[in-house]
Amino acid sequence: MDILRHDLYIGPAGAYIDPHFPVEKALITHAHGDHAIRGHKHVLATQDTIGIMKQRYGEDAAKSWQPVAYGEKTKLGSLTVSFHPAGHILGSAQILLESPKQRIVVSGDYKRGFDAGIAAFEPVPCDIFVTEATFGLPVFQHPDPLAEAQKLAHSLAKFQQQSHLIAVYALGKAQRLISLLRAAGYDAPIYLHGAMVGMCNYYQQRGVELGDLRRPVDASKEELKGALVLAPPSALKEVWSRRFSDPITGMASGWMTVKQRVRQRGIELPLVISDHADWNELTQTIRDTDAAEVWVTHGREDALVHWCRKSGLAAKPLRLQGRDEEEEAA
Amino acid sequence: MKTFALFLEKLLLTPSRNQKIAYMVQYFREAPDPDRGYALAVLTGGLSLQNVKPKLLKDIVLEKIDEELFQMSYDYVGDLAETIALIWPDHGGKALPTLSGLIDELASVAPDKLPTIIAGHLSGATATERWAIIKLATGNLRIGVSARLAKTALAEFGGKTLDEIEHLWHGMECPYLDLFAWLDGRAEAPQVHRHRMFHPLMLAHALDEEKDLGGMNPADWQAEWKWDGIRVQLGLGEGEKAMYSRTGDNIAHSFPDLMKTLNGRAVLDGELLAGRGFEPMSFNALQQRLNRKKPGQQMQRDYPVFVRLYDMLFDGDEDIRGLPLHERRVRLERWLAANPNPQMDISSILSFHSWQELAEIRVRGAEEQGHEGLMLKRRDSVYKQGRPKGLWFKWKRDALLIDAILMYAQRGHGKRSSYYSDYTFGVWKGNDIVPVGKAYFGFTDEELRELDRWVRNHTVERFGPVREVEKQLVFEVAFDSVQPSTRHKAGLALRFPRINRIRWDKPAQQADTLENVGKFVRQ
Ligand SMILES: [Zn+2]
Ligand SMILES: [Zn+2]
Repeated sequence: MDILRHDLYIGPAGAYIDPHFPVEKALITHAHGDHAIRGHKHVLATQDTIGIMKQRYGEDAAKSWQPVAYGEKTKLGSLTVSFHPAGHILGSAQILLESPKQRIVVSGDYKRGFDAGIAAFEPVPCDIFVTEATFGLPVFQHPDPLAEAQKLAHSLAKFQQQSHLIAVYALGKAQRLISLLRAAGYDAPIYLHGAMVGMCNYYQQRGVELGDLRRPVDASKEELKGALVLAPPSALKEVWSRRFSDPITGMASGWMTVKQRVRQRGIELPLVISDHADWNELTQTIRDTDAAEVWVTHGREDALVHWCRKSGLAAKPLRLQGRDEEEEAA
Repeated sequence: MKTFALFLEKLLLTPSRNQKIAYMVQYFREAPDPDRGYALAVLTGGLSLQNVKPKLLKDIVLEKIDEELFQMSYDYVGDLAETIALIWPDHGGKALPTLSGLIDELASVAPDKLPTIIAGHLSGATATERWAIIKLATGNLRIGVSARLAKTALAEFGGKTLDEIEHLWHGMECPYLDLFAWLDGRAEAPQVHRHRMFHPLMLAHALDEEKDLGGMNPADWQAEWKWDGIRVQLGLGEGEKAMYSRTGDNIAHSFPDLMKTLNGRAVLDGELLAGRGFEPMSFNALQQRLNRKKPGQQMQRDYPVFVRLYDMLFDGDEDIRGLPLHERRVRLERWLAANPNPQMDISSILSFHSWQELAEIRVRGAEEQGHEGLMLKRRDSVYKQGRPKGLWFKWKRDALLIDAILMYAQRGHGKRSSYYSDYTFGVWKGNDIVPVGKAYFGFTDEELRELDRWVRNHTVERFGPVREVEKQLVFEVAFDSVQPSTRHKAGLALRFPRINRIRWDKPAQQADTLENVGKFVRQ
């Protein structure tokens, strides 16, 4: 029997990885909605993934929770399972499945770049590497995220009469952008849409410094002039955003790479800041794991599969359903 | 270049017209000369680097990227410039030249050096800079800014009206230093004097019949005689008149008799010829005038001069060098009609339908009127200084002659179908005569009838419309070149052969040998 099916069902353990329907036993790589849902009976994940799931879905989102530390080995049926840092968001992990004969790593979502307060990605040697490919085209080469944050800080300094309304995903991206801005020397208050608050609090409780965060409802019109406001992408077009006069709208995402797309979305200030590996990181990581076989879960899998095969590796696209790239934390 | 790239990106991403104007005003305020002038030319579509083609860019990138990956990426991104900008694998972080420096470099570099130069800059740039460089190089901006919007921003920047800008616009040239000085408030409004300066001429390449003609469609080309005087440029306006030689020297003072007749406002390109009533005299006659700085009355009477116009660079103050030749020609004709002059006419256009036909016209012109050759100009050619490739050619007379023997005659077509007017001729190879070519007869009807009679009276055998004749009559055959040929028994073929004369007087024994003809084959 194969250890891992193409739908990420682990036969010898009777468990799924990141299933998007309720199951008996789920191993969760990270707390993003396209990987973690409510309703599983038993959840095995890192402490932060469990903490975030509880905050978002409630304490009763699963019947029982089993937190594991990075690197800690757990017996699951005939297999040994361990979680390793993926560098994607707080708590995110790659899952290593070990049998005497084979090592399989399921990456979940990952990135290789620095992210304050997040454990950095560690390549885990394996036979089969199951990778994402959200940005699996060579046109995706993410620039230095600090330089992108400086671009925003520069615009804030230059256009002091205009609010800057920046769309970011609430979990991961918001906190990363704030950390980067603080590193770039921006120390003014940052205003948060309601959807951002809970996750920022969670990050702060876990020791990630985010500085002075406020709610726009508490601020006067005068204070909001020239202020930085973070909101989820969906709020940009809502009534909520009308309280800011003549704002400059931006978005922080790997999707901001392609200018014609940026223009179509009506974004004036694109910030290419991604929590997913770009093309060079994907191909580098595949090499780092030394895997002879690569499975590609979601994203632009065709190009990455093509690259693997040209590089002499066995590769197959899994075409997993339900992984939402465009709207999530890319 | 960095500033310009970010500026271009902002223009692309700003949906609001007012915001676009605000960004442009800000750029004009902050960017130095001559960069802001170049940027203005870019925004108003007044600048294009015609030697950088999308194909060239694609070839460059495919040296670095797997073709299938490139194609998948292009399908995803949908824009070639952006795909290349994003997919470029090298990120050297080298300093880029300034905007003006980059444009000057790309416009002047030899075509074979272009790929290396461009690749070097792309490697030194960020993705947005690469995107801007490619947009710039291909001239296809698509950033949602019209020339009018750019001029509106310019007016706002200088506190002027759009009308004031438009009025001066055609008199201004990239990098618009006078214009910006005025808008900065540092100088008076610039005076528009296109005619006060020499604009470098557009020159022709020598036609290589073998290499060039094959790829040229006669319908795309305008043919004129190549007039045997000196090329001049006339700058006319406001009672001021200049006549420049091709090197830019003003030679007006030597031709007071011509200059006093000139009127109107334009910059014109033409040939200065000696002659009366538009009948050119020899170049020698013109030489008499060129030697004199101050020609006396006698000299002016003996060697009058006129200008035969070829082209127009400025119509009034409007720069029309970017228009295709056929449109400039219409402007020129209209201008001369409005400014008639007894010492100025226009070089006429020769009508032709095939290169063979034009070759015959060329030879006849050479023999009957002493023309030194033809000019061929692409009908859609813009007026580009220097010697741009593939737009203008001179086709000089260089006909070669042999004496050949008539072998076969064939009935002609159309009104000549009742005559034997199509001839195959040959030369001696030992004691045999081998055919070397075939040509129509191009002379008078009288001669044609005489020849037809000779053919009928000397027929040896008939094959349908073809008669073989006794090998007695010698033709003087003109042609342009000889090429080796495996299709002909003689092993060579004449190019553009035409029958120059009938040598009734010459015995066939004195006709040329194949060996002689072979000497004409170009090494
Ligand atoms: Zn994720
Ligand atoms: Zn995901």
